[in-house]
Amino acid sequence: MTGAGGARPLLEVEGVSVRFGALNALTGVSLAIGRGEIVAIIGPNGAGKTTLINVISGFYHPYEGRIAFEGRDRTNLRPPDVAALGVARTFQNVALFKGMSVLDNIMTGRLLKMRGSFLLDALWWGPARRQELQHREAAERIIDFLEIQAIRKTPAGKLPYGLQKRVELARALAAEPTLLLLDEPMAGMNVEEKEDMCRFILDVNGEFGTTIALIEHDMGVVMDISHRVAVLDYGRKIADGTPDEVRKNQAVLDAYLGVAHE
Amino acid sequence: MDGHAQPERARAVATTLPADADTFPKLVRANARTRARKVAIREKDLGIWQSYTWAQYWERSRLIALGFAALGFARGDKTAIVGDNRPELYWAVCATQCLGGIPVPLYQDSIEKELAYIVDHAEARFAIVEDQEQVDKLLHLRAQCPTLEVIVYDDARGLRAYSEPNLMSLEELIERGRKFEQSHPGHVEAEVDKGRAGDVAIICYTSGTTGQPKGAMLSHRNLILTSANAVAMERIAEDEEILSYLPMAWVGDHIFSYAESVITGFTANCPESAATVLTDLKEIGPTYFFAPPRIWESLLTSVMLRIEDCAWPKRRLVKLFLDLAQDMERRRLAGQPVPLLPRLLYPLGRLLVYAPLRDNLGMRRVRRAYTAGEAIGPEIFVFFRALGINVKQLYGMTEASVFVTIQRDGDVRLDSVGTPVPGVEVKVLESGEVLFKSPGVFLGYFKNEEATRQTLQDGWLHSGDAGFVDASGHLKIIDRAKDVSRLAGGTIFAPKYLENKLKFSPFVKEAVCVGQDRPYVTALVNIDLAAVGNWAERRGIAYTSYTDLSQKPEVYDLIAGEVARVNRSLLEDALLRGATIRRFLILHKELDPDDEEITRTRKVRRGYIAQKYAELIDALYSSQGRVQVDAKVTYEDGRTGTIRADVTIRDVETAGAAAR
Repeated sequence: MTGAGGARPLLEVEGVSVRFGALNALTGVSLAIGRGEIVAIIGPNGAGKTTLINVISGFYHPYEGRIAFEGRDRTNLRPPDVAALGVARTFQNVALFKGMSVLDNIMTGRLLKMRGSFLLDALWWGPARRQELQHREAAERIIDFLEIQAIRKTPAGKLPYGLQKRVELARALAAEPTLLLLDEPMAGMNVEEKEDMCRFILDVNGEFGTTIALIEHDMGVVMDISHRVAVLDYGRKIADGTPDEVRKNQAVLDAYLGVAHE
Repeated sequence: MDGHAQPERARAVATTLPADADTFPKLVRANARTRARKVAIREKDLGIWQSYTWAQYWERSRLIALGFAALGFARGDKTAIVGDNRPELYWAVCATQCLGGIPVPLYQDSIEKELAYIVDHAEARFAIVEDQEQVDKLLHLRAQCPTLEVIVYDDARGLRAYSEPNLMSLEELIERGRKFEQSHPGHVEAEVDKGRAGDVAIICYTSGTTGQPKGAMLSHRNLILTSANAVAMERIAEDEEILSYLPMAWVGDHIFSYAESVITGFTANCPESAATVLTDLKEIGPTYFFAPPRIWESLLTSVMLRIEDCAWPKRRLVKLFLDLAQDMERRRLAGQPVPLLPRLLYPLGRLLVYAPLRDNLGMRRVRRAYTAGEAIGPEIFVFFRALGINVKQLYGMTEASVFVTIQRDGDVRLDSVGTPVPGVEVKVLESGEVLFKSPGVFLGYFKNEEATRQTLQDGWLHSGDAGFVDASGHLKIIDRAKDVSRLAGGTIFAPKYLENKLKFSPFVKEAVCVGQDRPYVTALVNIDLAAVGNWAERRGIAYTSYTDLSQKPEVYDLIAGEVARVNRSLLEDALLRGATIRRFLILHKELDPDDEEITRTRKVRRGYIAQKYAELIDALYSSQGRVQVDAKVTYEDGRTGTIRADVTIRDVETAGAAAR
């Protein structure tokens, strides 16, 4: 298991606060994610989990605190610039191009890696052709990896929800991210789909060494697959540690898992 | 090759083999010389069909064999092979045979307990598997199976962090093989030369509708002679293309994708994944196709569903022409003349409907297709033949290297399984049991003398099937010999016969009939979720789950109609007319191999069901109209859960039967 030890963490969030009007969505949250880690962010509804992901991906900017990626300050970057740095994400509510095929959806994940001229692309000639073949191969590797061969030509909108989630993961992987942010990757899935998704997350981490931060409500899943768990409550971080430590933490039991009552 | 079906007797029946072509590795080695550039096997990988020639086939098999040899593989060692159809796994079969070892293919969807039994019973020392899923299962059972030493995997995904001893990737194995070759040049070739026709070529574990699986040992001679005779009879050529999509553990796949391919040199194509088989079928357009009845059935169901979804002019046109062709085919099969008008219209139908439909199914190039394993519904059989697809029935058994009888081209019937393949002798005992003798009859069951003695007597193989040979020499199978029994009143009761008739309905997926020593016959029915679901949607019947749908009164009406149809057809048969179905129920869950209710090849395990659903069966013979049931279900990972449901019981109109 890869810990946070050694060199500087991949991502450092330091004392970040976010406000929406009078609402403090995040208050002085700090979180460090080491290279190769799988970190789960948990907490009750409205605890600020998605806000934290949105801050990391550059969608919101904190009014105080800083974010460093690979040791450099990235606090006020816009989402496309964050993506260019190697951060990819999936969304709580699936956000695919519904009319496009699965393959095309995945290819959009490669857009940042494509360069070319309008003319060459239109003629599909020389470097443009080579480039497309290369990207198609990368997309096919991901299709193979996530076992979605049977649906590569199916319009994404026609797929059942569980598969759409998988396609979203595929699109995020297509960007070959260093840091992958998954916002409730298993929401609304049945047991079998969840097991598949867990296996894919572990495989992505094991195979490509991708660092993963995920938000998840299913405690079984969280405890099984994460190296570390951070717990938010009312916009504050109340615990951070290995699954076992968090499981025994009284503040977490009280705030999140609830005090035992029959 | 002669162009006519006529001179059957003139064609030589192979009974002996030359010493340089008496084992599969020798044949593959010869192919690498004579058919070096011919494509032997293809696999769809990363969306593209990758081809391997016979030269590459031999080279890869040889390298894998060298890797095994480097790890101390001895003659007679067994290799367990688990995974989807992959070229690498077929090479592993060949590699094992090269060293005088015995491949033991296993069903890839087996749960751990089943795998453990076979790996342990077969004393497998080596295992070669597809991916992490199988590695996990085998690592877990290595603790209980002391003989299992080495596990080799093909797909390394998710396995890089594993550090167990004697677990390695195929590349690593081949790397060791290359090193071994430097110190032992010519090792594999010498080992191949030591092989003899009588050596065990493979052990196929039969799924076994009763008790533990049994390992049928087939020799190179068994498989080569049987395949060669069938190939000659069916005129199977080097340019055939087949889709290798049925489990490698099943003897049929071993014959079609390995034995016949090696003998004739034709190309086997491995689909991308189990889920893409229909697309891959279209892309490959096989010339030679095998499918058990359930696959034909699901193909038909999918066609019918799509027709239902068409706009009405198109639907009318398609139905018109399909009815026309099916009517013609029915007449042809019954030996009746076909009137002039349909004959004139057929070419138009071919242009508008049959040819496009065949193309869409991926069957445009099919020269011959087989169905076997279970009886096929007449509607299904007629439908595909009417489209111009030459589907034929075949009767075979693992213990006979598959081929016993095949329907000849031009002599196809609805209710027979054809005439004996050259070299096969068939006889029927007083009791009705079918016996046969052929060059393909197996060596015996591995480590199971008693079962071998029961099955193989004086060279005659006891099939366990009841049947008869009709006046024209066609073999007809009624049921398993041990399943034919009597009702309490003495009437003959052949459950499978009734079940098959029920299953001919597109709405019935599985059925189990009960009646032995009972006053009348009852049935437990499994609905087909796709067909009944579609039917319900069309009628605006809302449902939430399989269980919910199965218990809708409308669905009961639908199935009651199907049961009544079966009862009417039984009345026509003097022998079976007393055995009509009086009461039935629809099961709240699908019968599932994971719950041990049916075998992996979807044969009903009668004894187990009688025990598991005893409450339901008792209720069928009481006056109850409802019964509550708790059923244990086993998930894929081996965990178990319970489903509770209220099951309705329905009486069927028996006025017709009572009138007799």
